[in-house]
Amino acid sequence: MSHRPAPRALSPLAIVLSALLLLLVTYVVAGPWLVDFGPEDVDWDALESPPDARHWFGTDLVGRDLFTRIAHGGRLSLTIALTATLISVLIGVPYGAIAGYLGGRLDQVMMRFVDTLYSLPFVLVVILLVMVVGRNTYVLFAALGAVYWLDIARIVRGQALRVRHAAFVEAARAMGATTPWIVWRHVVPNVSGPALVYATLTVPGIILAESFLSFLGLGVQEPQASWGVLVADGAGNLESAPWTLLIPGTFLSVTVWSLNLLGDRLRDALDVRAR
Amino acid sequence: MSVHWLPRRVLTLMGTFVGIITLIFVLLRLIPGGPFDGERALPPEVEANLRSAYHLDEPLPAQYLRYLGRLVHGDLGPSFRQKDFSVNELVGAGLPVSLGVGGAALCLALLLGITAGTGAAMKPGSLLDTTLMALSGLGLAVPAIVLAPLAVLVFAVLLHWLPAGGIGSPRHYVLPAFAAALPYAAAVARLWRGAVLETLTEPHLLTARAKGVGRVRLYLRHVFPLAAVPLVSWLGPMAAGLLTGTVVVEQVFDLPGIGRYFVQAAINRDYTLVMGVAIVYAALILSFNFLTDLVYGWLDPRLKVHA
Repeated sequence: MSHRPAPRALSPLAIVLSALLLLLVTYVVAGPWLVDFGPEDVDWDALESPPDARHWFGTDLVGRDLFTRIAHGGRLSLTIALTATLISVLIGVPYGAIAGYLGGRLDQVMMRFVDTLYSLPFVLVVILLVMVVGRNTYVLFAALGAVYWLDIARIVRGQALRVRHAAFVEAARAMGATTPWIVWRHVVPNVSGPALVYATLTVPGIILAESFLSFLGLGVQEPQASWGVLVADGAGNLESAPWTLLIPGTFLSVTVWSLNLLGDRLRDALDVRAR
Repeated sequence: MSVHWLPRRVLTLMGTFVGIITLIFVLLRLIPGGPFDGERALPPEVEANLRSAYHLDEPLPAQYLRYLGRLVHGDLGPSFRQKDFSVNELVGAGLPVSLGVGGAALCLALLLGITAGTGAAMKPGSLLDTTLMALSGLGLAVPAIVLAPLAVLVFAVLLHWLPAGGIGSPRHYVLPAFAAALPYAAAVARLWRGAVLETLTEPHLLTARAKGVGRVRLYLRHVFPLAAVPLVSWLGPMAAGLLTGTVVVEQVFDLPGIGRYFVQAAINRDYTLVMGVAIVYAALILSFNFLTDLVYGWLDPRLKVHA
């Protein structure tokens, strides 16, 4: 690691992106406190009202304030994405570390399994899982995490292959360390950086998957509303109230866009390669 | 082209397919509650009759074998919810629509992506490159669930250029195919740009240039086949993603494809229909992956050894 040139100072783009994300998170967390309307409150004087001074993002078909609904939806979407990402890390890191460290036939079988899963339509698998366990937000966390660990497992395995014969691992083995101990104390800490980068790239993927499921009516259920639910509502009456589609859609897209870009930057800066 | 690895590959493929079928079967039988649990409780005799009519009173292994036996004959069984239809009829009606949209989207994604990627790779860092890559970043971020309704708003509601939904003429397929294709066109453009740039640094290209190979021939004959290797290996996951995209598009544009049935069946808990569509999807994806493997081996003969 020492021979590598020092990482560049944060690029302007990275700073802008981080600021944008910070702003988004602030809005999502604090937004509902800025207005007098709750996410379920109906304003009978302003049904389907376009954005104005009273309702900054307008209201939907039944007069609910979109400013607060989008903030609440964002809380839900981001919480689901972060929790599911955590789950995917918890599955992917040990899986990849074990496959890469032990190597050989086991590694081949484990990676063949990953390859097979990789070419299956993810979200359809989640639909099956959701159908089996019922439509419930917690199930959604788990199901998405259980499906999105493949990339992380691949990266971690590649890194684990690299440290497999490193001197400190050989030393630990010579001192009689058990395999689980070596994997946990020596392999996992050495693969955590790349795992973190790929976790950053998993978050937008899961946001998209969740919004997709909720859009189809298979994800988050009423009265809760994630961004996917709001976009679905908006798509339903886009002729009479286009803002109900455009505003939540913009939030969804901008979030995914900035997270994607930030993850790419991070990957390039840390020089993590998928293959 | 030597094909000694082909039988083994086909065998693995069949194994995977049976594995997936078994998995889906077991998953769906784990669901608490039967398919006939409705708003009102049925009289026990009626429910017992229903269960025996659909062989749900048999032990699981027997049900499994019965299902597999039917499947071998291409019979996906009756739909539990849509009483008068078999799953075969529903899938048969929906599949052409879904394949039409999906196939058109796949071609569009490749066409747009490869064109944009080549354009960007010609002069890295140029205005064209920066613009195209920024656009592709946007394409990756705007999901189909936003893009598809947006396309309806702009091209059908505001401009009246194209129909907002339904099927009937090829014009009906334009918006759905574009909406499903754009995110993947963006991804293909990035992948292709990277692959072309990497190929351009290969020594054999220097040789080709030194021999005086023209620019067009250089790209067509020496760059593209090599750059296609990573693209082809990504086609499998891409097809899987496109499939998911078509589900959304079918919903938004009101197209009677199998994606709609899948979602409806999942909401209604129509086991047999969900299983049938899932199996059709699996078969499509697996055969597509098999085809890409063949192309892969043809593009890069070294890889056959590992197949």
